Amino acid sequence: MNLQEIVNGLSLEVKTPSLSIDRDVTGGYVSDLLSDVMGNAAEGSVWVTLQIHLNIVAVASLKGLSGIILVNNRIPDTDTLKRAVEEDIPIMTSPLSTFELVGRLYALGLRCR
Amino acid sequence: MTNTEEGVFFLTGKDFTNAGAASSSLKGILERRGVPPDIIRRMAIAAFEAELNVIIYAVAGMMKYRVTDTEIFVTVQDMGQGIPDIELAMTEGYSTATDHIREMGFGSGMGLPNIKKSTDNLAINSVMGEGTTLEFFIRIRSGGTEQA
Repeated sequence: MNLQEIVNGLSLEVKTPSLSIDRDVTGGYVSDLLSDVMGNAAEGSVWVTLQIHLNIVAVASLKGLSGIILVNNRIPDTDTLKRAVEEDIPIMTSPLSTFELVGRLYALGLRCR
Repeated sequence: MTNTEEGVFFLTGKDFTNAGAASSSLKGILERRGVPPDIIRRMAIAAFEAELNVIIYAVAGMMKYRVTDTEIFVTVQDMGQGIPDIELAMTEGYSTATDHIREMGFGSGMGLPNIKKSTDNLAINSVMGEGTTLEFFIRIRSGGTEQA
C-alpha cells in the first residue's frame, strides 16, 4: 500500500509537507512504548502512537519505518518535525483515537507483519 | 583478509535531543560496509537500547564499536548509579524509570532483555555508585570466530 492512499483514505493531516508521501507502507504497528517498537515493529511499517517528542523520529529512522501517525489530534513538538524532515520520516496527525484509526487502517487492508 | 574498523561515540546523560544519534551513526557505518540487513536491524535495536540506558540513567558514557568481517563488538560504558540486581534488571517489565521517563514511552523494562535477544552474547558488569559496562556482539557470518 502507498502512504498517499492512507493519507487520503483516512483524511490525515500531513505535518511534514516537504517530504514525499509517495512511498510504500508494508504493514502497521501500534505502540506508545519505544522499546516495543524497536523490538517488534517490522521495517516499512507505519507507526501509530500518541508520543510526540523527537525521539520517535530516531526510533522510526533506526527501524526504517515508513511514517508516523499521531492520534487524538496530538500536536508534534517543533523539534520533532524538524528532525522528521532531516531523517525523511513523514508525520501525519488524525483526530481519531488509536482504536478508531487502527480499525480504519485494517479496513484499508493494512496488516501487522 | 580482515578489514577492521573501530570508533567511539560519547553520550551525555539526560541529553534526549541527541538520543539515538550514536546508534544511527553505527547503523550508517554497518550499511556502508555492506553488512546484511538482518544483522544491522539486530545491532540497531541493541545499540539504541544501550544508548538510551546511558541517557536515561547515567551522567555520561561512551559507546565503543569494533567491526570486523565476521563480528560487530560493542562496549557501552557509563558513569552512573550502577545496577544493584542484574538478574532483576534483566526481567522483562522490571524498570526503575521515573514517571516522566515512562510518559515518554521509555522505561518499559524491555531494554536489557531486548539487547540480550538481539545479540549473540551480552555481558553486564556493574559497580554501585560507579557505573555499568555492557559488552555485546553479533556474528555477521555463521562460521565466524567463536568466542571462548
